[in-house]
Amino acid sequence: MLHIKTPKTGRARRELKKIAPKLVETGKKSLILHGTKTSNVINSVLTEIYHLKKDNAVKYTKRNDNIRPFESGGETSLEFYSLKTDCSLFVFGSHSKKRPDNLVIGRTYDHHIYDLVEVGVENFKSMHSFSYDKKFAPLIGSKPFFAFIGEGFENVEELKHIKEVLLDLFHGQVVTNLNLAGLDRVFLCTAVSSSKVFFTHCALRMKKSGTIVPRMELVEVGPSMDLVIRRHRLADESLRKQSMKTAPELKIRKEKNVSRDVIEGKIGKVYIPDQQVGSVPLPNKSKGLKRERREAKTKGEGKTHVDKKPKQQDS
Amino acid sequence: MGEQSNSSFEVDLGNLMAFDPHFQFSSPPTREELVRESIQQGTKLVQAIADSLFSLTSTEDRDGPIVRLPPPTTRLPREKPLPKPRPPTKWEAFAQKKGIKNYKKDKQVFDEQTGTWKRRYGYDRVNDDNDVPIIEAKMTDEPGQDPFAKRRADKKQRVEKQEKNRLHNLKDAAKVGALPSHVQLAATSLPITGTQVAPKKISKDELGNVAGMAATATASGGKFDKKLAGEKPLKHDKKYRKFLPVVEGSGMGSLERQQTDKILNKLLSANSHNILDVGKAVNFYNVKKDKKRKHQGKDQGKTSSTSSKSNAKKSPYKKMSKKGGSSSFKGKSK
Repeated sequence: MLHIKTPKTGRARRELKKIAPKLVETGKKSLILHGTKTSNVINSVLTEIYHLKKDNAVKYTKRNDNIRPFESGGETSLEFYSLKTDCSLFVFGSHSKKRPDNLVIGRTYDHHIYDLVEVGVENFKSMHSFSYDKKFAPLIGSKPFFAFIGEGFENVEELKHIKEVLLDLFHGQVVTNLNLAGLDRVFLCTAVSSSKVFFTHCALRMKKSGTIVPRMELVEVGPSMDLVIRRHRLADESLRKQSMKTAPELKIRKEKNVSRDVIEGKIGKVYIPDQQVGSVPLPNKSKGLKRERREAKTKGEGKTHVDKKPKQQDS
Repeated sequence: MGEQSNSSFEVDLGNLMAFDPHFQFSSPPTREELVRESIQQGTKLVQAIADSLFSLTSTEDRDGPIVRLPPPTTRLPREKPLPKPRPPTKWEAFAQKKGIKNYKKDKQVFDEQTGTWKRRYGYDRVNDDNDVPIIEAKMTDEPGQDPFAKRRADKKQRVEKQEKNRLHNLKDAAKVGALPSHVQLAATSLPITGTQVAPKKISKDELGNVAGMAATATASGGKFDKKLAGEKPLKHDKKYRKFLPVVEGSGMGSLERQQTDKILNKLLSANSHNILDVGKAVNFYNVKKDKKRKHQGKDQGKTSSTSSKSNAKKSPYKKMSKKGGSSSFKGKSK
């Protein structure tokens, strides 16, 4: 039996529409949570990431004993939370003797785990430890610049992965119209070695220069830490292909048969297929012929066939 | 400390990202050097992005210059699968075929009857069915028919037809997997136990049985009803109880005897292995044997070790038979 369930209130309908998959996606939400045990470092890392992403992040305060992202059974809770909060990015912090100050950053596709990267946090410096002029503090929600330094980001697989994940985590939304006056933050990542990334957050100062382009000055404000890459799990190849698909109607089609000429302007060619004169079969029943025959019959039987032939040739 | 980089940065303008693949630390840096060098390089990269950013055509707004960013070059995965395009509804398909175009309607419509502007729908609307005071009779009208009731019935029919069409459209969309976001199918959601259970499909035999039962549920047991084509005769159309004739003979008549014999045989055959408890019999025999041997042993001075050995062998046998007995008893009690 087909029973249709529709929401009874407009608010519920709007909420469902927000959660539904869209052709062009707006920003991803992040879920910040921690496991059985955390250290002070991890606690402050999680709170600072939450402050950086205040608009589109959800922070859970309780500890979750049954979440183990890298184990096959330990991710059901994570997927459930992702479904309930509609978050497709998660940052899971934990601390153990084997993996001190551990941070697992992961993404979900269709509320199932897509890929994971596990990093250890070292040399963490909190936002409060930096002293700077408060005028230049970046605002929440502004679109950040990204600077990745080091050839490791191109060659080493884990660094490539973490580059993509950090970009996804902090880039906010894909925007078309950007206000240039509102740019005020930079995320700097330097590949120190093939398994270590120095990550920091700086505020941007635009100073007057002679040209239209202002001179950029970076002031370190935000959390700065060393990320040591421990484990990572890339996405399944077929899942990756599926997730990278764009809608066919959004694909930009090349305009064919249009060229520009300086003198004539926009020109296009008109292609006419070959006219085959002579090989087109004529219909063997022409109206005039039929009418003639009818008239001949009705007029009289005296008329001979000879009269008709020249007329035939004419038609 | 670091090597000089070429200005061949990879700039992704849509993401405001720049990547410098050529920078290297010539010697492992200390903390301050690392920070200093990173900030220096970062400044260069951001400057490069800003160069291309500010060269884009900008429109002046009161908050600042607004530029149109190009789409990003680094592709990031989606978070949810692509929505499937919805198949056209029955009306949409019809309208497309006929070339009917949808035009924007006004909220207020001029009502001829009252000469005022009324709503198109809702409270106090134009052409409201309930407001009609007089309906003139046509030549085609039958006497005795209530035209107001007819109007109401027509409207109800139209509403039902529309609802049917809406469900049909939703079903078509669900087949493709393109349900609208606010609609959920209750069959796919988990049912709560205790409330409506989904009706299961009925098989051909079950239907036949039920039809047969329904056919005999008449006053005369369905004997005089006309049978439909294809309807099979009753499986058991005779009497359910058999009574012996009143007058038969003196004493136990042959029929009565047959009846009681039948029952007795059934009982006996079912419990034939129960009547003689083999275990008990064997035990009894063994005990008797032992006693005999003991007596003989006492007289002749034989050891009793052999008897204990034989005893140990017999106990598992005893257990097995008990098990068999109890299970058969269970069957009978049904």
